[in-house]
Amino acid sequence: MIEVGMTLPEKVFYIDRALLKAYADASGDQNPIHQNEEFALSVGLPNVISHGMLTMALAGKYVTEWAGGSASVREFSARFIKPVIVPAGEKVDITVIATVTEVDGNRVKLDITATSAGIKVLGMAKAVVVK
Amino acid sequence: MINPDSVGRTFKGVEEVTVTQPQIDAFAAVIGETDTSVAPPTFSILISLSQYESILTQPEIGVDWTRLVHGDQKFEIFRPIVAGDVFTCSATIETLRIAAGNEIVCVRSDLHNGSELVVTSWSTLVVRG
Repeated sequence: MIEVGMTLPEKVFYIDRALLKAYADASGDQNPIHQNEEFALSVGLPNVISHGMLTMALAGKYVTEWAGGSASVREFSARFIKPVIVPAGEKVDITVIATVTEVDGNRVKLDITATSAGIKVLGMAKAVVVK
Repeated sequence: MINPDSVGRTFKGVEEVTVTQPQIDAFAAVIGETDTSVAPPTFSILISLSQYESILTQPEIGVDWTRLVHGDQKFEIFRPIVAGDVFTCSATIETLRIAAGNEIVCVRSDLHNGSELVVTSWSTLVVRG
């Protein structure tokens, strides 16, 4: 039974430099700030940062895993409020949890929280799924 | 500077984009999705971002792609994308504002397979000043 206020189980994803390269190749977003430390520093970033869309894609995976697959999502939105910094040789967590905010027949609305090292990285993250 | 006259205008993508199974497989693999019969929900960004780049960097619009940061993203998905979909992608510049020396442009992308609207998405792109 899905009810408003219900919290879904937390899931942790990990991002490292290899995943950034894989996402760059899969998405076509080859912006060097996501791969090249020297370049990232030269434009005033603290280090290589993840693609915001990679964090969103992982949050999407979290949602679809619960809802019953990739075909279940009708709406999905998020703000990229903090960069996810990915130092060389490290695995950085993306921890995702969600709460049911609306149930209308088989349509379920979720508020999603995504954090990295305890800091919120997505703002206003919401999805509507058909379950 | 982004040309303020471009606000409210819709620009057609120059090319049709055919979705292939290897593209879906690669995107799904990154996020650990093993069912690749349909594309993951954020897959269409692959099409929208490349079309935005070719459309918005035209001199008549004038977005400087090298100073671009992604502010937010929204998808409305009418049906999942599958391999073999052939998309035309338009970009509509909905709003443009300047804040703290940055240009903030909201652009909507409509992905049509023939006459069928499959995904509409909205991106806020921040061109750092």
